[in-house]
Amino acid sequence: MQPSTRSTAVFAVAIAALMGASVVLQIARDRATPASHETARYLYLRSGTVIEHLAVAYQTLVADAYWIRAIQHYGGDRLSSGGSGRYELLYPLLDITTTLDPRFTIAYRFGAIFLAEAPPGGPGRPDQAVALLRKGMRAEPDKWQYVLDIGFVYYWQLREPAAAARWFRRASTIPGSPNWLEPLAAAMLVQGGDRRSSRFLWQQIRATADQEWLRNLADRRLLQLQAMDQIDQLQQIVTEFDRRSPPIRLTWEHLYRAGVVRGVPLDPAGTPYALDPIRGTVMMSPASPLFPLPAEPAAAKAPNS
Amino acid sequence: MRAIRHIAVNVFRESVRDKVLYNLVFFAVLLISASYLLGQLTAGQDVKIIKDLGLAATSIFGLFIAVFIGIGLVSKEVERRSVYGVLAKPVRRHEFVLGKYLGLVLTLAVNIAVMAVALYLVLGYMAWMTPANVQAAWDAPALDPALLKAVFLIFVELCLITAVALFFSTFSSSILSAVLTFGMFVAGHFDADLKNFDQVVASPAAGALARGMYYVLPNLASFDVKADVVHGQPVPWALMGLATGYGLVYIAMLVLAAMFIFSRRDFK
Repeated sequence: MQPSTRSTAVFAVAIAALMGASVVLQIARDRATPASHETARYLYLRSGTVIEHLAVAYQTLVADAYWIRAIQHYGGDRLSSGGSGRYELLYPLLDITTTLDPRFTIAYRFGAIFLAEAPPGGPGRPDQAVALLRKGMRAEPDKWQYVLDIGFVYYWQLREPAAAARWFRRASTIPGSPNWLEPLAAAMLVQGGDRRSSRFLWQQIRATADQEWLRNLADRRLLQLQAMDQIDQLQQIVTEFDRRSPPIRLTWEHLYRAGVVRGVPLDPAGTPYALDPIRGTVMMSPASPLFPLPAEPAAAKAPNS
Repeated sequence: MRAIRHIAVNVFRESVRDKVLYNLVFFAVLLISASYLLGQLTAGQDVKIIKDLGLAATSIFGLFIAVFIGIGLVSKEVERRSVYGVLAKPVRRHEFVLGKYLGLVLTLAVNIAVMAVALYLVLGYMAWMTPANVQAAWDAPALDPALLKAVFLIFVELCLITAVALFFSTFSSSILSAVLTFGMFVAGHFDADLKNFDQVVASPAAGALARGMYYVLPNLASFDVKADVVHGQPVPWALMGLATGYGLVYIAMLVLAAMFIFSRRDFK
């Protein structure tokens, strides 16, 4: 072996050994001191304007970085269990993203849906969702989608069908908007936001969704609406059984033995429905991926909680 | 003319010898790895972000080349005293400065052209892997030819930055030239703020001074159409022409000033 070849081999082996040693030490350190996730919850700069200046000529790239952080923050909190004040950075992160890149359409629409979402799926802040969408409307007045989304927040989260109808009507006046907005606004004013309107709205969103997460969300909402229909039907059956039978602790087993149901009823996600044995109330199980349903108490307490 | 060409080609060769073109490998690795990772992180915004990243990286890499090589174009030759050897030949001082400038512009042109090709290749692959219904939701197609408008204006901006670096390098040290050029780059992007400065200050004199600086400093923001192109917004040819014309005039002024200063410089 040539001396130079030998020395190269020695160096290569030494470098590889040191690299391996550093990896081993890093693993040992991580085991000894579990990493804190607290640092990720800080936002040192909250002013989009300041960050815009600091980014010099690369605002859109920095906006992308904040967008990725918003996704991670939302995803991380959604997957983690418990804790109060969660998703607290979602609005500032999306606000910074849209200040740096005012045409970042998906950031407004993502915010509209997930900021308004009740806990545990979101912070339950429809006010912030509307504020973000209004910002989008100022940046791009010809985007009917932002106006539709505001109407949607009023309809779905704030339960104000009249206000929602006004926004849907406003969206329908913007060139390029779909022709189903005007009849939807009219139906909402007449029917006051019934489940049929919800289903229609989510079906339209699913059909026109260009993002996978939006399609998934629409699918989930449609399954929740289906579950609400099933709960209504089951509730009728249970109430009727309870009225006819002597006072007992109501369970699905009793109902099955009495031949009222054909087994433990499952929600569209495959989780058994819960049955309050005293009051005889049929509910969505908290273990279900579809929990909470929009009309249930956990969702209703959402605004500003 | 021959002397200018020889000097320009030598600057390009020297940059190749200095492994400046290695940044292209880094650029390619950055784009390819980003295109793979971003799909998992961006909720469907990967093509938009790859465009942002590709254009920003083209600009940033080019900026570092323009500044760190530009500042040494003349000052390094003077510090190493190699300028004596060159000027002893039938090369006039202004030819030396112009040749140096054009050599670095050639280096930048090759860099930016290769980066643009790499960006289009990555975007083409991403478009190929994406279903048509998802592509329909993009603000602009992945292989949007309008990206070339942004790339071209980045090139013009970098040529201007190179001219700034060259100008400073004719009369100051390398470190000072780098600081001044970076300062000019930052100020050039905030130039528009100076225009409306009179609305935030009470003194009319300060407002007039700021407005004067607005016209004197290079307005680099006028070359920045990255966001428009990425979002599929039209970039009118008239705007391209005006920005390019402005850039060429400003470059001519700086290179002329550099030639003037260098021709008057005493090397004794």
